[in-house]
Amino acid sequence: MSKLFPTLLLTLASLPAWANLNVFATVPEWASLAREIGGDKVRVYSATNAFQDPHRIEAKPSLLAQARQANLVVAAGADLEIGWLPLVLRDSGNAAIQAGRPGYFEAANFVSRLEVPTSVDRAQGDIHAAGNPHLHLDPRNVLKVGEALAGRMAELDAANAAAYQAGYKSFAGKWQAAMARWEKEAAPLRGVPVLVHHASFLYLANWLGLKEVGTLEPKPGIEPTSGHLSSLLARQQTLPAKMVLRTAYNPDGPSQWIAGKTGLPAVLLPYTVGGTAEAKDLFGLFDDTVQRLLKGLR
Amino acid sequence: MHKPFAVAALLAASCGAQAATDNDLAAIRGQIDEMKKSYEQRIAALEQKLVQAEAQAKSSPPPVPPAPAPVAESRPVAAATPASGFNPEVSLILQGQYKDMKNVAERGITGFVPAGGHDHGSGTIEGINKRGFSLDHTELVFAANIDPYWRGQAIIAALDGQAEVEEAWFQSLGIGQGIGLKAGRFRSGIGYLNEQHPHMWDFADAPLMYQAMFGTEGGYAQDGVQLKWLAPTPVFLEFGAEFGRGANFPGSDRNKNGSGAGALFAHVGDDLGIAHSWRAGLSYLKTSAREREAHFEDTVNGVEALSKFTGDSTTWLADFVWKWAPNGNPKYQNFKFQSEYFLRSEKGDLSCGEAEAGVAVSCQDITSGYRTRQSGWYTQGVYQFTPNWRAGLRYEQLDSGTRDLGENGNYLAVDHYKPKKTTAMIDYSWSEFSRLRLQFAQDKSMQGITDNQVTMQYIMSLGAHGAHKF
Repeated sequence: MSKLFPTLLLTLASLPAWANLNVFATVPEWASLAREIGGDKVRVYSATNAFQDPHRIEAKPSLLAQARQANLVVAAGADLEIGWLPLVLRDSGNAAIQAGRPGYFEAANFVSRLEVPTSVDRAQGDIHAAGNPHLHLDPRNVLKVGEALAGRMAELDAANAAAYQAGYKSFAGKWQAAMARWEKEAAPLRGVPVLVHHASFLYLANWLGLKEVGTLEPKPGIEPTSGHLSSLLARQQTLPAKMVLRTAYNPDGPSQWIAGKTGLPAVLLPYTVGGTAEAKDLFGLFDDTVQRLLKGLR
Repeated sequence: MHKPFAVAALLAASCGAQAATDNDLAAIRGQIDEMKKSYEQRIAALEQKLVQAEAQAKSSPPPVPPAPAPVAESRPVAAATPASGFNPEVSLILQGQYKDMKNVAERGITGFVPAGGHDHGSGTIEGINKRGFSLDHTELVFAANIDPYWRGQAIIAALDGQAEVEEAWFQSLGIGQGIGLKAGRFRSGIGYLNEQHPHMWDFADAPLMYQAMFGTEGGYAQDGVQLKWLAPTPVFLEFGAEFGRGANFPGSDRNKNGSGAGALFAHVGDDLGIAHSWRAGLSYLKTSAREREAHFEDTVNGVEALSKFTGDSTTWLADFVWKWAPNGNPKYQNFKFQSEYFLRSEKGDLSCGEAEAGVAVSCQDITSGYRTRQSGWYTQGVYQFTPNWRAGLRYEQLDSGTRDLGENGNYLAVDHYKPKKTTAMIDYSWSEFSRLRLQFAQDKSMQGITDNQVTMQYIMSLGAHGAHKF
């Protein structure tokens, strides 16, 4: 017993010293990016995995405990995490990561967002006033966010500023080469009409030139209804799609239903790091996404 | 268009500021906001076009690898976050119900002193216990960051002919070290359900235990200060202390300096794998009452007597919540189990008197010792089996326990009973913001009465997307 207390104290004291920068990323893609840039200088915690809908996470005790010790919160922003992150930040008792502080980083602030609504009315479903938040599926956005994130990490941990900048440079070099490769490989996808489960692939479509012709959800955040799916089926006559896309966290029922009725391939895309076995990191995510799309086209 | 008008209005306003009324200023602000909005929309549209143009330019000759983009080329577009765009965040909760239950003259829980004091209503207690169609509190919530250091929130409950300040507090954002400070009127952090407002409940009414402890509002709130500390550990470990006025049941408003009630609580929680999360808590509430009124039946004269309790009330609470969702993704399927237990001891003096002037009671002016020790628990499970449907079951039981009224006990009827209630509910949610619930309950909280209750309830939330606690 007398030994337990000092041991506990030591453990407590040693916790923040694991790494120079404790990063709390809300989603796997930005956790992965922080690792690319920070290397062994950072300890990165991802609040969600690829099988969790980032809109609908609860402010779990484990998230509070992690946010308490974070030096930097990396969020997607554009209201993606509005149902849980504000509460986690406030209840964490951590002043450094509150919105407006350097320890709070929103990826959406560093890219041009698409689908920014001109009016916000819940009758349109769960739309985001700041635009579509699924912005990481355009690799050009990843680069922009990476540059800003490296700057922020350098600001927070000045001692390792050079390491973060170098980490970003090396990542950016590899990324640009990979982007050229993906764009070349994905050339046949240009102009291909697709159906999507949720508007998760807007930036991907925008990058590769896919043509999104419908969503299985009647309104953003509202689950597919049989009536709406039937209307999509009817539209298939006039506006034929070539495949149905969904993320790893979407249920496969609606896609499979459409696929069964029309013979279209139902394609599961990893959506984020960890969504498929191949999507081990950001590079794997895009490699696998392009490969799966090409396979769907065949 | 708007511009010349707004500029002229601004000029006019700046020249003769004293002449401009508040209405004029509001009109000008409106114009400016409109202009701002329209420009922002145009900029957004342009940005979108630009991105599309870029995309086309980049990939129309596919085989040519794009030149490595200089890192500094794209300037970030830092836009205002919507939270500050809609400052403050406003939301409104619409809640109402249809209830079918027995007509019981004085609804209460046998063996427990009613939290509402002595209520001689015509069988209808305010709010949740009305028969037929009724509107619950309509809650108006305002919340916003005040500055980088503080956040504020007010919840106003509107009822017929009155508005009640349910909560009005500010909370720290900038202290750090895991410390959170809250002050004002707030729902106490004790127990699990206590902090939750009725629209977050999984059933149409509060568990009997909460009704017995704190009344039909189903929660303990007070004016005071709350201090919380979150430990820097990988496991969630939180400690809290509260001091306040203590005006609410089981205490009573006392004209005094210093703290009227104090509460302590500790929470621990974590994940088990990806799919399971849990939280457990232990809380303690100590408050005092002065001349807290209740009714007893005078067994000698066969009339009603009014008792006044002065003394201390101590409540211990234990709570446990466990949530499961496949892969930790609660949107499609999830299960929530929760259970709480309470133990309350009260110690002091009880004085007896007439309930109605001129109706003599046998215990008139007798003051004797008063000592009780009562407990209760509930346990419930709610299963969401599709994104829209949830079903839940709740069982609860109280124990009137020890009720020692000293000499007064010779004249007054002291009930001993174990109230029980079983509740089943099913609800449908069109979205996160609208819910319709059907609930059946077999309520045996009153001795000798089995009340089968049917409740149809709706909960609609308008406005800001409030985050809910775990």
